[in-house]
Amino acid sequence: MRIQLEEIPHLEELGNVSRVFDPDSFTKNSRTLAEREKLNNKIVPSLEDAIRLTGLKDGMTVSFHHHFRNGDYIVNIVMDKLAEMGFHDLALAASSLTDCHAPLIKHIKSGVIRRIETSGLRGELANEISHGLMDIPVVFRSHGGRAYAIETGELPIDVAFLGAPSCDPYGNANGYSRDVDGGVMCGSMGYAKCDAQYAKKTVILTNHIVSYPNAPFGIPESDVDYIVEVPEIGNPDGIMSGATRFTKNPKELMIAETAANVIEASGRFKDGFSIQMGSGGASLAVARFLREKMLRDQIKASFALGGITGSIVDLHEEGLISKILDVQSFDLRTAESLKNNRFHQQISASYYASPSNEGTAVNQLDLVVLSALEVDCGYNVNVLTGSDGVIRGAIGGHPDTAYGASVAIVVCPLTRGRIPCVVKHVNTIVTPGKVVDVIVTDQGVAVNPRRKNLLKKIQDAGIPLCTIEELQQKAEHIVGSPDPIEYTDRVVGVVTYRDGSVIDLIRQVKD
Amino acid sequence: MKRLRRTMLFVPGNNPGMIKDAGIYEQDSIMFDLEDSVSVAEKDAARFLVYQTLSTIDYNGKELVVRINDPTTKCGIDDLESIVRTQKAIIRLPKTESAQDVLICEYEIERIERENGIKVGSTGMMAAIESAAGVLNAKEIAFSSKRLVGIALGAEDYVTDLKTKRSPEGVELLFGRSMILLAARAAGIDAIDTVYSDVNNEEGFRKEVELIHQLGFDGKSIINPRQIKTVHEIYTPSRKDIEKALDIMDAIEEAHRKGSGVIALNGKMIDKPVVARAQRTLDLARAVGVLK
Amino acid sequence: MKIQKTAVAGTMESSDIMVTIAPNEGNGMEIDLDSTVEKQYGKIIRRTIEETLKELKVHDARVHAVDKGALDCAIQARVKTAAYRASGEQSYQWGGEAK
Repeated sequence: MRIQLEEIPHLEELGNVSRVFDPDSFTKNSRTLAEREKLNNKIVPSLEDAIRLTGLKDGMTVSFHHHFRNGDYIVNIVMDKLAEMGFHDLALAASSLTDCHAPLIKHIKSGVIRRIETSGLRGELANEISHGLMDIPVVFRSHGGRAYAIETGELPIDVAFLGAPSCDPYGNANGYSRDVDGGVMCGSMGYAKCDAQYAKKTVILTNHIVSYPNAPFGIPESDVDYIVEVPEIGNPDGIMSGATRFTKNPKELMIAETAANVIEASGRFKDGFSIQMGSGGASLAVARFLREKMLRDQIKASFALGGITGSIVDLHEEGLISKILDVQSFDLRTAESLKNNRFHQQISASYYASPSNEGTAVNQLDLVVLSALEVDCGYNVNVLTGSDGVIRGAIGGHPDTAYGASVAIVVCPLTRGRIPCVVKHVNTIVTPGKVVDVIVTDQGVAVNPRRKNLLKKIQDAGIPLCTIEELQQKAEHIVGSPDPIEYTDRVVGVVTYRDGSVIDLIRQVKD
Repeated sequence: MKRLRRTMLFVPGNNPGMIKDAGIYEQDSIMFDLEDSVSVAEKDAARFLVYQTLSTIDYNGKELVVRINDPTTKCGIDDLESIVRTQKAIIRLPKTESAQDVLICEYEIERIERENGIKVGSTGMMAAIESAAGVLNAKEIAFSSKRLVGIALGAEDYVTDLKTKRSPEGVELLFGRSMILLAARAAGIDAIDTVYSDVNNEEGFRKEVELIHQLGFDGKSIINPRQIKTVHEIYTPSRKDIEKALDIMDAIEEAHRKGSGVIALNGKMIDKPVVARAQRTLDLARAVGVLK
Repeated sequence: MKIQKTAVAGTMESSDIMVTIAPNEGNGMEIDLDSTVEKQYGKIIRRTIEETLKELKVHDARVHAVDKGALDCAIQARVKTAAYRASGEQSYQWGGEAK
């Protein structure tokens, strides 16, 4: 019997119920999986084809992830191609940029790149930008802040170019391959997930096309439009630091041990606690000292978060940390664990740290251990500019985790060479002192006076405390009083807080 | 209360980075080395560096020691000329074989003190014994000068002199350690044990520290700040020892109050050595801060 | 003290400074500094080098210094070492710094 649409009551309210099934509108595809993978897929012959298909135009925004760290080839390959194709005035929105991206300088000079958004800058590119390379200032965002800006449309991405160590012909991409050992690995694809999800078009660049289904996947095929096979996506040596080694530096070990004692005294060191530890020498070593305490008191952590290192994986495999939420895998050991351990979970930057969601992972942290380039007497932290005023770092998840964690501990030496790390005023405020609770140095511990209860707990545990001003004076006594850095009036960088508000400006350094 | 010398950290005299950070740890003494860790061509550089450092950096009241070169050479004399003038450090004499070695060094120190208006006798000394002859002469070395605050064993040269090498158990060092300890105790000065050079062998290090603690040494020379914690742990009196010592002192006070001559605690007689040991336990506990 | 020949002291390690002193007969003091902390401490380092040489009564010298964040005491020590080496002088004068 023929279906009469008019028979349906209130048809006008049923939205797109408007057509009758027609068996001739499609044909059954009886090809095998192997045949289909070859014939019906998202693979395009060249990067140039992919770029054309995306409909990219001058002035649009292209995005990249930084999971390949200093081994990344993708940003340079794509920008070189875009330059060759004659694009100009593009906005480049990377989750971060580093030393290996110095070739972008020529694209900035030639007008291919008009402006940049990133978490950080290092090396020659950072140096040139600090010296006034760009007309439009670079916008710096934290990992959570970037996810938030993408989600809210504040940072609309036209085309995301995402490198992936494995991808099947339909776009299921990941930072490793379940089926193949070795090859390039980056572990979690956390920062790329938001880009793939929200970009108008997503292109995956991979050197390793695997059979469908590339499960588990970091990026689902539903978020991918085109796939380009390239000979190389990155230099494995730059992507991964083989195995994470514990520092043998006695100063870093001392700082780490003190930080572990502070954690124990903080009142948060209880069964089921949650923690994030950074990848710097001292913050990494905290795990070792915490392990002893966890074994001694039979305390287990419910989860570890963030950029993950082998030392976290060790604790997980030992049963001391139940789950790992991994937005970025720092070493091979971590990438292997993500592949093999059921409760080592890959998460997106949004899940990790976006301020749009009360349930965001950073908000569930009891403790975070962070490093710093500089801390000041107001407990403000700088992780972005060096003591000479030149950009040389990245915001990362610093303000996100410091805000989210119940107790945020910053570890840093009192001085680095002749550079004081506790100063009167930081060069650039990245994380506001309001959310920084404890500063642990090799020559004293200071607790933010805003946290009276915490201060008392740490004091009662017998950890000698001093004021942040005392630390600052001690540092100055050792290294002498530095001359202030001279800047021009020109703004070269805009530092945003997690919600997109402007927390500080970076000015061009005078030479 | 006498100064604690549980840990004496070796710091190579020509390394500005290590010298800068030498004071941030919890060791009792810092020993800047101008001798074996400095090559012949850099002796002058190390001497200037340690001299300038002592003249400017404040190490928060830690005991400072400088190991000089052989004081019968120009290099050793130059070391003394510079370091004695700072009035900041104890002079550690290496490879001491006899009382005469100490006296030669003392003679130079006294001359420098006189020439510079420094109070004669104010510069302390420490002698390191690193040979068979030195061990046999330990007693006369320990008694040789009022400047001596302690004598130390330098095991690497000593075992070579004995025609053996160091073993994990340290049986080859037993006689030398005992001689040095007895000499130091007889002279009323400190006995400092030799370094343990395998920094990564924490268990072996702990065993050695337990051994020298049991023998009676006041402390140990160390080559890495990571070794400090272990030594201090072993040298900190246990809660049980402290309580026992407090009980003994209470019993004595009680007896004094009663005018009783015989003092007993839990049915055991308390004689003079027991009291002395209890007093030392309490002194140490107070010095390391585990007893108020 | 007279600078007779070129001499070097110090290393390129962190917290050290490598000081090269060469004769500069009749041309006074020339200091050429390359420092990782030039912006914050360049002036202080130059002044420390100059004052240390003055203290040794060196009037003519060409100084090239590569600084890796050395503290003042290390700078003084390296300058003095290099100056003594360059002068060939081996009878050291120790000041009364520690009064």
